[in-house]
Parts: sequence; C-alpha cells; structure tokens
Amino acid sequence: MSEHEEHTTHSQGFYIGIGVALLILTVTTAGVAFVNLGPFNPVVALLIATIKATLVVLFFMHVKGASEKLTGAVVVSGFFFLAILISLSLADYLTRSWR
Amino acid sequence: MEHEAHNPALLHHFADAQQQKNAASLGMWLFLVTEIMFFGGMFCAYLVYRLAHFNAFAAGSQQLNIWMGAINTAVLIVSSVTVVLAVKAAEAGKRKLLTGYLVVTVLLGMTFLVIKGFEYAEKFEKHHVPGPTFNFTDKFDDNGKQIPVNPKEAELFFSLYFAMTGMHALHMIIGCGLFSTLAVLAWKGHYTPGYFTPVENAGLYWHLVDIIWIYLFPLLYLISRHS
Repeated sequence: MSEHEEHTTHSQGFYIGIGVALLILTVTTAGVAFVNLGPFNPVVALLIATIKATLVVLFFMHVKGASEKLTGAVVVSGFFFLAILISLSLADYLTRSWR
Repeated sequence: MEHEAHNPALLHHFADAQQQKNAASLGMWLFLVTEIMFFGGMFCAYLVYRLAHFNAFAAGSQQLNIWMGAINTAVLIVSSVTVVLAVKAAEAGKRKLLTGYLVVTVLLGMTFLVIKGFEYAEKFEKHHVPGPTFNFTDKFDDNGKQIPVNPKEAELFFSLYFAMTGMHALHMIIGCGLFSTLAVLAWKGHYTPGYFTPVENAGLYWHLVDIIWIYLFPLLYLISRHS
C-alpha cells in the first residue's frame, strides 16, 4: 500500500460541508417552488437537483479521485444511456403533431 | 510461508488488495448503472405522461405534501453524510465509530420510511390511491373556482407516484437491512483498514438511492406548483 492509493477520502469537515451545501440547496429548491417563475420552475428545480446529484456522485461516491479510469467510464456510460432513453423518447412524443 | 503474510480477505485470484477492491467497485458500479436504467424507465414514463396529461398531473402534484417531501430529502442527505463518514471511519480502523455511523444511517433510513408512511396514510384518507375507491375533484384556480380534471388522468399520476416512491421505499428497506448487517459485522470487527469493501459498496448503493430521491422530490412535488 503506497500512500498514492488512499487518496479517495477527504476530511470530516469537508464531508459535513458538502452535506450542509446539499441541505441549503434543498431549502432553496423548496422555497423557489413557491415563487411563480412560469416555465422556469421546472428548469430551476431540475438544475438544482442536478447540482445536488453531481455533488453526491463526485464527492460522496468518490468518482472524483477514483483510481480506476474504467469506473469513470462505466459511470459516464450509465448517464449516457439514460440520456438516450429520455431524449429519444421525448423526440418521439414531442413531435407527434397529429395528436 | 508466503501466504501467512497475506491479508486474509485477499482472494487468491487477485494480484493485490487494491486490484480486488477496484474489481468489486467496478462490479458495484455496473449494478448501479442497471439501477439507473431501471428508475430511468419510470422517470421517462413520468415525463411522457406528464406532457400528455399536463393539467391532471399538475393537479395531482399539488395534492402532495411538500413539507414531508422536503424533510425526507434532508433526512436522506444527512444519512448520506453519515454513510460517507462511516467509510472514513472504516478506513481509519475506528470500529466503534464505524458501528455508530452505520446504526445512525439505519435510524435515518427508518425515519424516512416512517415519514413516507404518514404520507401514504394521507393518500388513503383522501382517496388518492389508484383503485376502485379513487376519487379526485380537488383542482381549484386562484379564485377558488373548481377546474375540471379527468380523474382517470389524475389516477395515472398517482399510479406513477406510488410506483416510483414505492420502488424507492423498497430500495430504502433493502438498504436498512444491508446497513443493519454491516453494523453487526462492523461491531464484531470484520472490517479493517485493509478490507472494508462491503462498507464502501453498500455506501455507493445508499448514495444512489439518495440521488434517485433528489430527482423524485422536484419532479413529483415541486415543478407543478404553479401550473
């Protein structure tokens, strides 16, 4: 075990800091839901959700700093195929002008 | 006598502990990708039906309890922090601290499920559970005037609500069982700084379940407040 291999974890304060950031974002997204932004309510809510998910994936799930490049490729492929699923389905349903 | 010096947790078909750990982590991530696609199918169905029956979905969504949803989001985030601190404690070889964090994680998971149970109870009381007793006439505009909503379409919203949150709750129940087992094994000293892969991989599972809720919360509770 060289010291090179064990760089995946951060300090306790760092994790609590990320947790506090996630809680602040939760309060923000719940608060924004009561403000009428018209079509931007879903945009803001999903943007905040994506920021939160990214924080969890990068720092709690240790994708940032993972020693295996392959793990990173698997993670990216998962979201890539999810994007295909949703974008192609919506490309179909959103363009059915005859309905 | 070379084998005597080996880490007892190291299986013979791996070159070293790091390789074994990487292999386990890769396998766990592959499983998580299948989970993303599994929930992705339901998210996709939700989006398609929300576009097709926008009015009824907005009316259904406005019946959900935003506060219970927000509190549950916070509970899950705190539990994700205790999970990551548990992994850190395992890495440092702090047995009691590790067990403590695992137990707190289970308790937070159960708190989530109890709050979810109260939400479900409210749905039963209001006859918002899909089935023969389903009843939905609750859409009003800003002046208190009733807006007609097709109850069949609202029922579709609640079907997806129960399918998605129910499947998520099932993952939480499995997670609580997983972490209870880990807590017992951690207390018995199964995990050392040289081998705590199960704690790490169960942690990955817990974080993924957290992320799914991070998306369920805005999609089900938040984005239709003003529609």
